[in-house]
Amino acid sequence: MDYDIPINIAGLDLKNPVIVASGILGLSQSIFDRLYKIGAGAIVSKSISLLPREGYRNPTIVSVDNMSYINAVGLANPGAESFSTEISKNKGPLLVSLVGSEKSEFSVIVRKFRDHKILGFELNLSCPHVEKMGMEIGDDLKLVYDIIQSIKKETTKPLFVKVGLGKSDILEVAKVAESAGADGITAINTLRAMKIDIETQCPVLENKIGGLSGSAIKPLGIRCVYELSKSLKIPIIGCGGIMTYSDVVEYMMAGASAIQIGSLIGLKGISSIGKIVMGLRSYLEAGNINDIKEIIGIAHR
Amino acid sequence: MPIDKNLMRLVKIEDVNIETPTVKTIFFKDSLSSVSKPGQFLMVWIPRREELPLSVMISDTKNHAAITIRKNGYGSTSLFNKDIGDRIGIRGPFGNSFSFNKSLKNIIFLGGGTGLVPLVRLLYYIKEYDSKFTFIMGAKTKSELFFTELIYEWAKAKKIDLHIATEDGSLGTKGYPTDILRAFLSVHKDIDMIYTCGPELMMKKVYDIAIINSVRMEASIERYMKCGIGICSSCCINDKLVCVDGTIFNETKIQKLTEFGVSYRNKSGILTKF
Repeated sequence: MDYDIPINIAGLDLKNPVIVASGILGLSQSIFDRLYKIGAGAIVSKSISLLPREGYRNPTIVSVDNMSYINAVGLANPGAESFSTEISKNKGPLLVSLVGSEKSEFSVIVRKFRDHKILGFELNLSCPHVEKMGMEIGDDLKLVYDIIQSIKKETTKPLFVKVGLGKSDILEVAKVAESAGADGITAINTLRAMKIDIETQCPVLENKIGGLSGSAIKPLGIRCVYELSKSLKIPIIGCGGIMTYSDVVEYMMAGASAIQIGSLIGLKGISSIGKIVMGLRSYLEAGNINDIKEIIGIAHR
Repeated sequence: MPIDKNLMRLVKIEDVNIETPTVKTIFFKDSLSSVSKPGQFLMVWIPRREELPLSVMISDTKNHAAITIRKNGYGSTSLFNKDIGDRIGIRGPFGNSFSFNKSLKNIIFLGGGTGLVPLVRLLYYIKEYDSKFTFIMGAKTKSELFFTELIYEWAKAKKIDLHIATEDGSLGTKGYPTDILRAFLSVHKDIDMIYTCGPELMMKKVYDIAIINSVRMEASIERYMKCGIGICSSCCINDKLVCVDGTIFNETKIQKLTEFGVSYRNKSGILTKF
């Protein structure tokens, strides 16, 4: 199977618009190679920080219904140095996700990947469960602007900025990102959420609060992508609760040029990546849609 | 409606068995766990403490299962300290299982420590079959051995050859269980399968010995685990995810796992030598 539904986003030619979201299967080159083979249009790595992070103690994930999860992994990652060695032979469509707490860290991390064959970067401004990283950065608009500029100074590769529902308005953050030179927006990240076990009367996650993903957040994701695409010129990658090809279509109609999946892989395994691509292809063929671009933002008419 | 294995169930500890001063078996009622296949594991939540992947142990009571834990780190010690009446959370069972069919007539089990758990569950399931069973067990010293009485009990009804190796020679053969395996295979040429679980470097030796002797084998591989459902990558070995592609791998699969017995991912995901 060729899994071909060609799409161009921010100057990148992707085999198809189905991207594996950051945090999902994102740290091993051997796993990346396996994901490319089974149909992934692109892969976003785990968010890479300057130094290695062990993350939180388990439980780091809890299933809240049969289609949604709350996770607080704590940005566990091997750090920029080790990860640059890990992916030194990468040939596939990989985006490296970046996370940090200070502006100066980002340029150092990006420089580690200067000679790598990767598509580009995604800036994680919206991790909801680690203090002073991710979301708290995303809420500081001046810092967002400065970080994006510092990254763009280091690389000519496209930079996507992943936004979520933090304290600052998502549209405002995305507009700042666009004005600072971001090449695209990924929306949305998980939402701050919690699970308490009523028998033992305590929060389940070690970190108590985590990020909600899966079906529960899809309508929010659709709304955000719809509003973002109305006010931005740069393309949008839709993310949040995609379980079927029809969810992909819905996100694209809202204005997404590509989409990311995550929770689905936990529910249905990695073969679900290829299945969603093939489902999307059948949908396009059945509707005589020759170019998937035709449906992007069609709901705005 | 069937219970979703991904949703955590709170269960009450109904019985405990002290195996050694540092090893305890905890029994609880959970119908999904009770029908776990040999080799499958549970994610076990110790409230306010930790969540651990643990292989499912047997229980003779209907709709019940058990876990066997050695106190070692923070989480396992918290679980070890739990007693009858305490509650723990369970999700799963997850992962694949040992394969077995009746054409396997001459079978070796080789394990050590809590690695014995999936082997004992497997033997429990297949002991009525018309096959020959040899169980090779290893430990540092006599006082650290457990499940021997269980196997002697089963051996009353059905012949099971139990061989024991201790590193200090306090019981059985002095040395490693793999020494017994090597000697055994030099005499017995009709072995159909070796099932193994325990420290990875021991299982690597089992694999090497199995390959030299052209015997099929299956090993339960352990890696640091977080999600248990194939999304976090913490447990990856080469391009496989131990939690969903394993934990059981046969010799054909292991042949492609260049990291087996060589390196593992640490908590931050860095490939680290054993």
